[in-house]
Amino acid sequence: MKLLELEKHDKARILKIETDEALKGRLNSFGIARGSELTIEACSMGKQTIEILVDGTLIGLRGEEASKIEVERI
Amino acid sequence: MDTIKVVLAGQPNVGKSMLINAMSGSNSLKVGNFSGVTVEKTEVTFHHDSHTLEMVDLPGTYSIRGFTQEEQVAHQYLLNEEYDVIINVLDSTHLQRNLLLTLELLKLNKKMVLALNMADEADKEGLEIDVTQIEAIIGVPTVLVSANSKEGIEDLLHKVHEVADSQERINSNIVYSDPVEEEILEISNLLEEKGFRLRDLTSREIAIRILFEDKDLYKELHEHPIMIELQPRIVASLKHIYTHHDTKNVNDIKANEYIAITRGIRMETVKSKIEDESKNSTQKIDAVLINKIFGIPIFLFLMWSLFQLTFKVGAIPMEYIDAGIGSFGDAVGSLISNPEFRSLVVDGIIAGVGAVLLFLPNIIILYIGIALLETTGYMSRVAFLLDGFFHKFGLHGKSFIPLVTGFGCSVPAYMSTRTLKSEKDRLITLFIIGFMSCGAKLPVYVLFIGVFFAPEEAGNMLFVIYIAGALLGLVMAKALRVFVFKGEDEPFVMEMPKYRLPSFSLIWHTVYNKALSYLKKAGTFILLASMLIWFASAYPKNISIIKKYEEKILLVESNSTLVVNLKNEQKLESLENSYLGQIGKFSQPLFEPLGFDWKMTVALETGLAAKEVVVSTLGVLYAIGDEVDETSSSLAKKLKDKISFASAMAFIVFVMIYLPCLAASMVFAKEAGGYRYLAYLFIFTTITAWIFSFITYRILL
Repeated sequence: MKLLELEKHDKARILKIETDEALKGRLNSFGIARGSELTIEACSMGKQTIEILVDGTLIGLRGEEASKIEVERI
Repeated sequence: MDTIKVVLAGQPNVGKSMLINAMSGSNSLKVGNFSGVTVEKTEVTFHHDSHTLEMVDLPGTYSIRGFTQEEQVAHQYLLNEEYDVIINVLDSTHLQRNLLLTLELLKLNKKMVLALNMADEADKEGLEIDVTQIEAIIGVPTVLVSANSKEGIEDLLHKVHEVADSQERINSNIVYSDPVEEEILEISNLLEEKGFRLRDLTSREIAIRILFEDKDLYKELHEHPIMIELQPRIVASLKHIYTHHDTKNVNDIKANEYIAITRGIRMETVKSKIEDESKNSTQKIDAVLINKIFGIPIFLFLMWSLFQLTFKVGAIPMEYIDAGIGSFGDAVGSLISNPEFRSLVVDGIIAGVGAVLLFLPNIIILYIGIALLETTGYMSRVAFLLDGFFHKFGLHGKSFIPLVTGFGCSVPAYMSTRTLKSEKDRLITLFIIGFMSCGAKLPVYVLFIGVFFAPEEAGNMLFVIYIAGALLGLVMAKALRVFVFKGEDEPFVMEMPKYRLPSFSLIWHTVYNKALSYLKKAGTFILLASMLIWFASAYPKNISIIKKYEEKILLVESNSTLVVNLKNEQKLESLENSYLGQIGKFSQPLFEPLGFDWKMTVALETGLAAKEVVVSTLGVLYAIGDEVDETSSSLAKKLKDKISFASAMAFIVFVMIYLPCLAASMVFAKEAGGYRYLAYLFIFTTITAWIFSFITYRILL
């Protein structure tokens, strides 16, 4: 499933990041990569933006980017 | 005396600028609590232990391969410039992510010191950090510091001296995953057997670079015969690693290895005394502030409160300042006997500078509000909340940061657009920053609102003006996106910093410096401008007008009311024939449809230099045209008598939209990439201002 499909408080592990290399590099430098575990902390209206917690860092993502990240719920 | 050149590198918002401030014992660098406060490299020089330390503050960068423009600055500097020591600043409470950059910095093979900043916060969060262990693993001297509580600062400076003087480099003990380690061993063994050397790299370092496809290294290796023997080994090694990682993308593999290493280092060196997984305070606050339903209303309420405060609290000292300036003018005026000189001092300097000084309290309150937004961590949350909304208007959520900065002053706002990655997002943001009314426009608004609205409505009106400007900016952004800057959207990925209680001294310094520079501007630039405006309004002396009235007055000498009336008429006629009067009359036809008299027209024109000059021009012009018998009426009263409600509102709209001040325009041209953009901005804002001002005037008339 996609990161976008998760709900608030869900925990998940990243399986695959399907973005271009530049954005992937940026996500990597935030500690977001294959195998990283995350928690959904908050969503703005209509899931336009999503706040996730990865290894103690809070990161805001746009829904569009979240739809390019494949995860499994844990 | 030796000079040591030290460069501070680290991820955004780890406190590099604040650390330099702490080390140098000054407050010269601007600090805040969001990524991208520092967008340019800045240098600070100070003395310590008979050495001169030259500290270079670089913009924070998440990765050495910069993503946005301001990160590229860091990248270019670290790779190409000469320096002695790198201080890699890390946030102790986010070691794992921060270490990712450290791993990249290690590859530069430069002398380095790790400064684990925010030690006091880590302590509060119950984190225990094993510094000796980190030193042992990474092979770099490490110090726990806190720029906030100043602990460890001396220690850090001593380490910098030591490292600068030492010759040898300690090897790091970073361990990759088993398959990668096996292959590193295979390749480095081969290199050892052949006795191959390259620069000052060890065989292990060469092997690691080969495996992670370091392009520069491959270029160098290419010229060596050893490549022939290495090639089959490399192919086999990569195959092994690919199988293990289940991908052939080396960047993915590298990312996974690095994340695993940093996670390993964190688990080995950081012990948390608090075991439970309960939510920390940042998460609790986020549950409210970026709540799906209440987030945006809360934000709007906070902004509304800020403008209410700006007006209501600001009005209290304003009365006294106004009265003070008035009696000061009278007192000084009575001391000067020469009428020409008295007019210059009272009507020129005191009226002009006084009109600007009057608004200092409002400016201070607005700046406190912006400083709070910048230092608490709320700024990034608003970007998060508004991204969806902004996105619909073709803007990026991150644009919020320069836009809010624009409420203070456009100059830093233009510069902070560098945190936007896409060139088109940057240009659109640059073009609409002017719609966010800057602090210098506040006096114009406060003056006119104070004249035309009841005190209880004033705060709301101020809020409406700012919001209307912002919304108009959004609409313009959409227009620019659709018609001019078409293109791809930039992704929104942004760190949400921890909430921090702003320290009193930090807010004090920020606001104090801004208030001081406002006063300095009033004492220099505005003073000069007021004198110029006075001169242009008092000269050339028209002998024929003077003669004409002298004769008329002689005829009615006995009737004192008639004399007063004639004297007023004379003043008005002289003013209209002055240089300023001529300019005003010449350009007035352009502004006639908006309901502006020539004085307002001139005020707009002089306002191109600086927005404060708008009020000081009005101050000077209406002081000269003053009735002779009414000595102490304030500018506000005069405006109420002479300007209609519709013209006043149209004037506010025009000021809200038209070109920012000279200083800001220059910065705009530089940031946008050429003066032709400034020409576009001039045309764009002037036409928009004229149209909206016209509509306002016609509706209210």
